[in-house]
Amino acid sequence: MRLIKSIGEWLDARLQLGTSIRETMEHPVPRETASWFYVFGSAAFVVFMLQIVTGIMLALVYVPSAGEAWNSLQTLNHDVALGWFIRGLHGWGSNFMVAIVLIHMVQVFLFGAYKYPRELTWIVGVFLLLVTLGMAFTGQVLRFDQDAYWGLGIGASIASRVPFMGHSIVNLMLGGPIIAGTTLSRFFALHVFVVPGLLIAFVAVHLLMVLKLGINEWPMPGRVVRKATYTKEYHELTQKDGLPFVPGAIWKDLFFAAFILLSIAACAAYFGPFGPSGPPDPTIIQTAPRPDFFFLWLYAVLSFLPPSMETPALLIGPVVGIIALLLLPFVFGEGEKSWRRRPIAVLTILLVAVALGTFTRLAGNAPWSPVMDAWSAIPIPPEFLHNRSALERQGALIFQDKQCHNCHSLGDQGGKRGPDLDAVAVRLTQDQLIRQVIQGGGNMPAYGKNLSPAETTALVAFLETLHPAGQSPARDASRAIALGPEAGASPVTRR
Amino acid sequence: MSLIRGVTRRDLFMKAGIFLNGIVGVILAVPIVRYLLSPVTRERKAGYDSWIPLGDLEQFPSGETRLATYRNPVVSSSDGGTANIACWVRNVDGKSFQVFAINCAHLGCPVRWFPQSSLFMCPCHGGAYYQDGSRASGPPERGLFEYDYRIEGGKLLIKAGEMPTPGQASNIVREIRTCV
Repeated sequence: MRLIKSIGEWLDARLQLGTSIRETMEHPVPRETASWFYVFGSAAFVVFMLQIVTGIMLALVYVPSAGEAWNSLQTLNHDVALGWFIRGLHGWGSNFMVAIVLIHMVQVFLFGAYKYPRELTWIVGVFLLLVTLGMAFTGQVLRFDQDAYWGLGIGASIASRVPFMGHSIVNLMLGGPIIAGTTLSRFFALHVFVVPGLLIAFVAVHLLMVLKLGINEWPMPGRVVRKATYTKEYHELTQKDGLPFVPGAIWKDLFFAAFILLSIAACAAYFGPFGPSGPPDPTIIQTAPRPDFFFLWLYAVLSFLPPSMETPALLIGPVVGIIALLLLPFVFGEGEKSWRRRPIAVLTILLVAVALGTFTRLAGNAPWSPVMDAWSAIPIPPEFLHNRSALERQGALIFQDKQCHNCHSLGDQGGKRGPDLDAVAVRLTQDQLIRQVIQGGGNMPAYGKNLSPAETTALVAFLETLHPAGQSPARDASRAIALGPEAGASPVTRR
Repeated sequence: MSLIRGVTRRDLFMKAGIFLNGIVGVILAVPIVRYLLSPVTRERKAGYDSWIPLGDLEQFPSGETRLATYRNPVVSSSDGGTANIACWVRNVDGKSFQVFAINCAHLGCPVRWFPQSSLFMCPCHGGAYYQDGSRASGPPERGLFEYDYRIEGGKLLIKAGEMPTPGQASNIVREIRTCV
């Protein structure tokens, strides 16, 4: 014990850091901030440490070469003792880190912590969010599988839409004309050197400011921030009713950090690592690329935007969003901090959360994507084929053979790209069905060139049987008048 | 030190030192920036595209659309399988061809050909194209990207080498041409 003490004293006599470390640890914080709401920032930091450690471990085996990366991931998963677990920790750590950073941001926003004098802390925080998302995206690329390959293609397609410079940006991003060896090498450099370097620098500035300016006090309705008086009021609060950060507040941070680390380890052990999916060979086209969880919402947005809106929305949207976040502390730098007095702030958070949640959930089953193998793998449910004429069954065959099932569902089976056809005969008359099949429209391709008249007749005959038992199909009333009562009754069979 | 008014020797040397480092910085920055921009300058100077044989004409029967693959002309030793590129070859009538890029004109996902319905479908956001590559439905703003082709000694050659993207100059030109 005495030896440790004397070594400590010897070191401190030379480093001379002891006093400032002690002062930092014991600096007073407002009593109410020793709260479970104030643990997310430190938790994000701890997860970042985990990412650094597991990242270095993975780099011991991973080969950042387009020809070798996928194989080295297989080696990690199967040949290196507990390699799969380290990959799991790193992958789940990434998801947890993005989630905690977002929660931290919401908490800071709702507690008004971005207001005077912590504007710069918030701005650096915005950069930290962007850099964290940058880590998530570049990390997804390093898991060099089919999703990574085509994800890069999507990134390049988006970047190429920048006016004038788009093409050069794509070449810079890919390091050449195609997604290949140089692409992976530069994303490796970004993920391992550049972006973490920025992250460490931003974290240092962020933490320094939290220490210099003090942690945000617990917002009380009616306690209004004014630039003239705030610093004095905060100082009084910490001096009169404060407690030392260590051990007064830090124990909750420690407990929560341990809980998060344990959760990541549990997820890694139970669910295992992410992928890799198929090898990054672009000649294997039987693939349906999907982005990682935190980019799923973007995947959904990209399928819903009308074509004409897409390029402006993709290029201007993020810029507007980031500028809004950066301007927030300057526009609303004073005033109420408490969420109880800031209904628009609360509504904004709810709106963003509901929107992101909805888009993410939609992207989970991607109703906009055709089910590429529905025509051959998902049969028409038997109830749609019972007691049908030969012509109608021929139509059902054409329905499958012409891949209608890829975009249209029957009995909740098949694609969701187009409307489900369980009761299409109630919605459309025979003429309307023929027109829709031949001419397409409303986001459906035209099949006129691809269906013979006989095939169209059979297909429409089948579609006309698709109505609920107690409900008759839609009929064109004028038809009966023009062609006689028989024509209105069963036009197809009469032809 | 500050007793002497005006510029001291030390001040002068410090400023000269800063100036010297500034010049050295610029001297170093020029090659660094040129190094970083090499993918762009290479494209500007020589271009990435060249004529690549896709195979004998017999591989592409008249009236059918078949998948073809080629090794990208610009490769490095670390590319592995990523330099193998696929494309769709449509033999229109035995004489004329259309060669489409595998990449959807929306966001670059690999489109698949369905001969039964004569459609190209994209698995990502549901873009669809007719057999001649024109847009059928979905989010794409335009038809499939098309490579220039020529026939030489019974072989089909295409001019390729770069992943087509919506912002590429040659593609924009082609788009305008098809519009006119």
